[in-house]
Amino acid sequence: MSAPAGTPGTPEAGGTDRAGEADGATAPASPGALARRRRREALRRFAREYARNRAGLFGLAALLAIGALALTAPLLVDQADLTITGAPGTAYQPPSAEYPLGTDNFGRSVLDLVVWGSRVSLTVGFLATAVSVLLGTLVGMTAGHFGASGGTAGRIVSSALMRVTDWFLVLPTLVLAVALAAVLPRGTGTIIIAIGLTVWPATARLVRAQTLAVEARPYVERARALGGGHAHVMAWHVLPNVMPVVLAQTTLLVATSIIAESTLAFLGVGDPTTVSWGGVLEAARNAGAISSGIWWYMVPPGLAIALVALSFTLCGRALESVINPRLREQR
Amino acid sequence: MTSTPTTAGDPSGPGATGAPDPADPAGSGRAWRVARYVAGRLTTAAVSLGAVVVAGFFLFRILPGDPVRAMTEGREVTAEQREELRRQFGLDEPLWQQFLDYAAGLLRLDLGTSFQYREPVAELILDRLGSTVLLAGTGTVVAALLGLFLGARAGWRPGGRGDRVNTAVALFFWSVPTFWLGLLLIVFLASGRGFVPGLFPTGGMVDPGTDGVLETALNTAWHMVLPVITMVAVIYAQYLMIMRSSLMDEKGADYLTTARAKGLRDTLVRRRHAVPNALLPTVTLVFLNLGQIVSGVILVETVFSWPGLGQLFYSGLRVPDLGLVQGLFVVFAASVILMNLLADMVYPLLDPRVRP
Repeated sequence: MSAPAGTPGTPEAGGTDRAGEADGATAPASPGALARRRRREALRRFAREYARNRAGLFGLAALLAIGALALTAPLLVDQADLTITGAPGTAYQPPSAEYPLGTDNFGRSVLDLVVWGSRVSLTVGFLATAVSVLLGTLVGMTAGHFGASGGTAGRIVSSALMRVTDWFLVLPTLVLAVALAAVLPRGTGTIIIAIGLTVWPATARLVRAQTLAVEARPYVERARALGGGHAHVMAWHVLPNVMPVVLAQTTLLVATSIIAESTLAFLGVGDPTTVSWGGVLEAARNAGAISSGIWWYMVPPGLAIALVALSFTLCGRALESVINPRLREQR
Repeated sequence: MTSTPTTAGDPSGPGATGAPDPADPAGSGRAWRVARYVAGRLTTAAVSLGAVVVAGFFLFRILPGDPVRAMTEGREVTAEQREELRRQFGLDEPLWQQFLDYAAGLLRLDLGTSFQYREPVAELILDRLGSTVLLAGTGTVVAALLGLFLGARAGWRPGGRGDRVNTAVALFFWSVPTFWLGLLLIVFLASGRGFVPGLFPTGGMVDPGTDGVLETALNTAWHMVLPVITMVAVIYAQYLMIMRSSLMDEKGADYLTTARAKGLRDTLVRRRHAVPNALLPTVTLVFLNLGQIVSGVILVETVFSWPGLGQLFYSGLRVPDLGLVQGLFVVFAASVILMNLLADMVYPLLDPRVRP
């Protein structure tokens, strides 16, 4: 029963004073203007609620900083320094003024590698999440909608879809993703597909539950009574109300996807031609930096993964508690 | 939540599953329902297993296009060698014939042959099963105990300082990649190059040249410390979160008010009344999360060179030895499905509310 962000504002919410004055001044506002104002206010209320969550703010700030770093990486790092032949330093220099995080076994600056690696890790995280959220929303909404209002055939389709979802949910995610990544041609696209195809079931379950809740509301029945078909009901009534839940889930999934990407790269099924955090860790292990205690080679990439994953998780939890206060204690 | 047992007048419990008495309609109805429940779960598990078999075939025989090329990627192979491999793995036969051979082999517990070890995959797996079960079992038990203990404390006073610290620590460990935590432990506690001397071995299970039962056991335990710490750190968070929210659901229950009204101390109310009830939903979720334990054990074994199934999986990936990876894929997936079936069977015995 979450109140979607787009519902009419309650009068006691702050900021309505000014809106009231504006109402008085220009009495016959057009419906479009009213809707816009309502939306603006809902957004402001949403931002205020979110700002109350300190952990969520920290996550957001960290993500903005890392995102900016990833976007400006080409200005900060000379790509020639990242090649093995163009490495500026000598092997395994401990952290110094010139190389704040030391150098790797080829003499490349570990700081440069970590800054550059953020690009691949974030890209894969976002795209894999997009794949899995699309798939999960599609399956979840179809199963929920036709299960609720599709007759016998709909119920059969719905239960078949949920069986498939449960099957994927039970399978060990990593094993499936690794198997996919191992048999498909190497590359970033493969990693995105392997992660996207394995992490969607949780979204599908969540979306189905939310769809069922929305379908039980009177206005959906009204829309159907007025002759709205399946596509109309799903696109105009169910989807907008499912979106808030999906948004929170998406944020949590990015964290999962980034960890999954680094794990696949570490297991050696990643894209060997790009620099990613997991790839740096794999290289560190293969170069023997671990057993010889070269900590500056492997601590920074892992910390970067943990920081990004933690930030996304904190943001996701904050969003979740704003969107659905009842969920606040669930996770 | 408040679903009542359907046969309120039949207190005979699980005993009714024994011999259904035709003279007793309530008893036979009960047995019928139990039989239907068991049959339903068995069918679901069988269908899931069948799907795993098909998925294994699809993933490793059809998706790579040419398995032989995938097998020999990055090596110089002549056309004759390729033909020989094709014949050896039965790849020159039509696809449906290949699938039947493969499925029939699985029924005989024949998982194919490893390209790398030149040995049957099933034997390779059997050799290493014990050490994986030892590691995964120890890790799961320690993580579950720790998570349930901390979760019960956190959930009893939600929002308190203990709860906030606990949740933050758990979230942090949950965000950390498993393998990186293992690498950190090796660098700082085992390599001997960090700030402390090497307290623990960097990998393996038993040092060569260890004899005697007691000595071997102690040496294995010493090798297990870091792998188990890594596994526990990554998986205890979910047990903590589940227990915490489950206990918070129980907190408002009437029976706790009664217990308090009797004058019981707060700790006793928690330990004797709230925790046992909150444990029930946790049990199912523990079984449902087995897939993550499989993922965890693969990574931990890889990092610590623990001679188990996870390391075997990793060695299959590196070559790549698709026959080995395929066999392990089927075994991992099937074991998770079987454990879930077990949970479905055990859970009604623990919780009378969900008895069929």
